[in-house]
Amino acid sequence: MPNRSTPGPPSLPALFLSFLTIGSTSFGGGLLGWIRRELVERRAWIDDTQFLVYYGLSQMVPGATNVNLSVIIGSQLRGVAGALMAVAGLLLIPLVILLSLGAVYFAASELPASHLINAALVGAGAAAIGFNIATGLRLGQRNLRRIGPLLVAGVIIVGIGILGFPLLEVVVVMVPISLAVTLVERAA
Amino acid sequence: MIGTLLQIAAMFGLLSLLAFGGGAAVLPDMQRQAVQVHHWITSREFLDMFALSRAVPPGSMIVVLIGQKAAGFLGGLVALIAMFGPSSVLAFVVGRFWHRAGGAAWREALEQALAPVSIGLTIASGIALARSTEHDWLAYGVTGATTLLLTFTRAHPLVVMGCGAVAVALVGV
Repeated sequence: MPNRSTPGPPSLPALFLSFLTIGSTSFGGGLLGWIRRELVERRAWIDDTQFLVYYGLSQMVPGATNVNLSVIIGSQLRGVAGALMAVAGLLLIPLVILLSLGAVYFAASELPASHLINAALVGAGAAAIGFNIATGLRLGQRNLRRIGPLLVAGVIIVGIGILGFPLLEVVVVMVPISLAVTLVERAA
Repeated sequence: MIGTLLQIAAMFGLLSLLAFGGGAAVLPDMQRQAVQVHHWITSREFLDMFALSRAVPPGSMIVVLIGQKAAGFLGGLVALIAMFGPSSVLAFVVGRFWHRAGGAAWREALEQALAPVSIGLTIASGIALARSTEHDWLAYGVTGATTLLLTFTRAHPLVVMGCGAVAVALVGV
């Protein structure tokens, strides 16, 4: 159950531990879903509106979107130290595991993964994609109640998902359009 | 050694600022520089590293393996910091700017406008990812079933992803 009390900003160790959990559970993918599940649903440190804004902002900056998102969330909660804790927590376990994998790979000079492991990774990856789409659909159920925003989201889904337009160009075009829709709806 | 570390820092630091829309955007240039310009790895190794790092969060972690091959553990660490550092600083500045704006009218309007864009992007990138990887009917089935289960039930994501992994491992081999 979502925690509906209004907690203060988390302590730095709590922030670090939450992102450590996120980084450890998101092997195979679904990182965005894990971030929302941990920070919005379980901890209630941010709400859906903040989550969506920070995600939007993190798309406008170059670099890995999920790292940008962690930086922004961490900094909103606890400033510079919060941003550092969030990224350190997120990256620690993946880094250790990857360096170990790398050491094994360079020693063997051949990919040790068997067909079975490959197939399992494909399956987990396919499911992780579903997790991210489901996160978007859940957010949509709650936040897309009017026709204007629904159309904006729909155009983006078709433009990038089906027609394959580049993400940055779609964002540059659709943010002003969405802003216009917002202002028109407010004036009406 | 120090020279190689500086080369690693410069190369990934620049790519960090060019990676609009995420790390995938700069993969081709990363391969060209690591293989042809610096001769740290072969094309074959790049593909192996891509496969090894693909499932490791938060994406773009291939840079750790490239740095590690070029200059050991320290090289991997420098590559990681160079790849995520500059873009993180930008993200931090944008976040602070947003925070400072407080209850400004333009911020509230932009906040409302960003929500449908972000929701659209979440769903669109999932679909685009499914289409860009080697998705066969089985993988699409797993993606579709996971989407439905996690949207409409309270099933735990780890359980669902585990089932997906087992399903493809059993049927697909």
